Amino acid sequence: MQASIHEGTAVPSAAKVGEVMQAIAEHKGCGTSGGSGKASCGSAAGQGDLPTEIWEKVKNHPCYSEEAHHHYARMHVAVAPACNIQCNYCNRKYDCANESRPGVVSEKLTPEQAAKKVLAVASTIPQMTVLGIAGPGDPLANPEKTFKTFELIAKTAPDIKLCLSTNGLALPDHVDTIAGFNVDHVTITINMVDPEIGAKIYPWVFWKHKRYTGVEAAKLLTDRQLQGLEMLTERGILCKVNSVMIPGINDKHLVEVNKAVKSRGAFLHNIMPLISAPEHGTVFGLTGQRGPTAQELKALQDSCEGEMNMMRHCRQCRADAVGLLGEDRSAEFTTDKIMAMEVNYDLDTRKAYQAKVEEERVAKVAAKQEELSTLAGEMSDIKLLVAVATKGSGLINEHFGHAKEFQVYELSTAGAKFVGHRRVDLYCQGGFGDEESLETVIRAINDCHAVFVAKIGGCPKADLLTAGIEPVDQFAHEFIEKSAIAWFKSYLDKVNSGEIEHVERGDAEIRQGALISAA
Amino acid sequence: MALKIISSQCTSCSACEPECPNVAISEKNGTFVIDPKKCTECLGHFDAPQCAAVCPVDNTCVIDNSFPRYQVPA
Repeated sequence: MQASIHEGTAVPSAAKVGEVMQAIAEHKGCGTSGGSGKASCGSAAGQGDLPTEIWEKVKNHPCYSEEAHHHYARMHVAVAPACNIQCNYCNRKYDCANESRPGVVSEKLTPEQAAKKVLAVASTIPQMTVLGIAGPGDPLANPEKTFKTFELIAKTAPDIKLCLSTNGLALPDHVDTIAGFNVDHVTITINMVDPEIGAKIYPWVFWKHKRYTGVEAAKLLTDRQLQGLEMLTERGILCKVNSVMIPGINDKHLVEVNKAVKSRGAFLHNIMPLISAPEHGTVFGLTGQRGPTAQELKALQDSCEGEMNMMRHCRQCRADAVGLLGEDRSAEFTTDKIMAMEVNYDLDTRKAYQAKVEEERVAKVAAKQEELSTLAGEMSDIKLLVAVATKGSGLINEHFGHAKEFQVYELSTAGAKFVGHRRVDLYCQGGFGDEESLETVIRAINDCHAVFVAKIGGCPKADLLTAGIEPVDQFAHEFIEKSAIAWFKSYLDKVNSGEIEHVERGDAEIRQGALISAA
Repeated sequence: MALKIISSQCTSCSACEPECPNVAISEKNGTFVIDPKKCTECLGHFDAPQCAAVCPVDNTCVIDNSFPRYQVPA
C-alpha cells in the first residue's frame, strides 16, 4: 500500500521536470487578457489548462486548488518560532500579524508533539491531506525542528503531503534536504525584486552571522529568494509565491514581481492584502500604512492574471490552523488534548472517505458544466460580483446571520469565477441580529449585486435591499456556481427586457486580521 | 561584561539559542536566559554579539554591566 502511495507522489524524472517547468513558464493562465472571467481559469476550477503533471500534484491541495479547498483540509504545525529577517508588517511580540491572531502567541510544539498532533488530526479529519510548516517564524530559520517534524510524519503518516512556507533567505542552503523529504510544495513570500523597494519593507536580515540593513539587506534577500525559487523548480518542486500588497510601496511593483517569479517557474501567485491594524503593533500599523481595499486588490490580481495563475481563496491562516480553509478547528487540538488522545491512524478509512469526497466533487463539476451550457449564446458585457454564504462542499448552505465570511464570485457570460472571500463579524449571535455588525457585513460585500444564502431573516433582508444588494435564498442547499449562473441568466433577461437597469456597485472593505474560529 | 536577556521583552522565539558560539543560552521559565559565565560577547568569534543581532525585538539582548568585561585569552 505504501508503495502505491509513493508512486502517486513520485517526483518526475529530471528530463520530465525540465519539460514540465518549461510548460509552466509558458503557461499563460486564462489567456492573454487579464481577468477574462473564464470559468475554467487556472487554479480556480478543474484542471483547466494546467499541465496534467501539475494538476495531479495540486488537485487535492486545499491551498493550491480553489476547487479542492471545499473538499480537503490542511493543518499547520507551529514548530518554527525563530525568524531570520524582520518585516515591517510583522510584530514578533505578537506572532506574525499575517499568519496568526494578534495578541495570542501560537502554542509552540516540539517535532514529536507536532507528529502526534498530525496523527491525531488526520485520524479525526479524514480529508486532511496536507501538512504545512509555516512558522510562526521561518521554517528554514529552524531547519532542525522543521526537518525532524517532516521525518517523523513521513514515517508514521506516509500519505500526507508535506509543504512549507519560507521567506527564502535560507532557501538555497536547504533545497536538497527539501527534495530529499519529498516535499513537493513550497511557498516563498516575495514582496519585491527591487532592493530600493525592499528597504521600505524589511528593516534587516540576519545572514551568515551578520545583521544587514537597508538596500544591502533587501538585495541579499531578493537574490536568495530568486535563486532558491530557480533551484526548487529545477528539481520539480512546485512553488507558489506569496506577496503582501502594500499600497504606495509595492502595489504597482508586484506586476514586476509577478513576471520575475513566473519566468523562474513559479506556478501560482497569491497576492494578499496587508494587515496593518494599529493594535497589532507592527511598524506599518504604527505608521498608519493602510491596507488595500477589495477593489484595489482585485484590480491588481486581475492585472497579473494574464501572466500566470492567481490564487484568490487565501485566508491568511494562522501558523497553527487546522481543518478546511475558513473553518479553523485548532481549538480542538491543543497540546493537552492531543497528548491525552488515543490515536488510531487508519489509512484504509482515510482512503475510503477520500474516495467519497471525489464522487461529490465530480457531481459538483458536472452540475456546473450543465448550467454553463445554458449561458451559451448569451451576449452581454455585464460583469458583476455576488457574495455567497457557504459552509463548504461548494453549496449555498449557510444562513446569512451565521456566516463568518462570504465567498465572492464574478459573473459574466463566461460563467461564474471565484474571485475571493470577505470575512465579516457574525450578524446573528444568540438568536438576535446585531445592527452594527450588519453595517460591517454590508461594507464587506458592498461591491456585490446579490448575496446568496440558505436562509435570511426579514430585517437584514430589507436592509440589504436598501443598500442595493439583493438577498437570494431561492437556491438554498444547491451548488454555488450552478445557482449563480441561473440567477445571472435571469438578471440578464430582466436587463434585456428593461425590467431592471444594470448599475455598477461601489468598493468594499477588507476586514483586518486573520480568520479565527468563532466559538 | 556579558549579555543578558530582558525577560519581559523576550518572545521566546528561540532564534538566539543556536546562534550563540558559547552555548550560553537556554530556555528557562518560558523565556531564554544567558549564562554570564559562558558569555564572551562573541569576542573572538564574530564582529557583533549574535543574540542581539538575530533578536527580533530591539534592546532585548543587552550588555549586563554588573559583569567585568570579557578578555580574549592571550
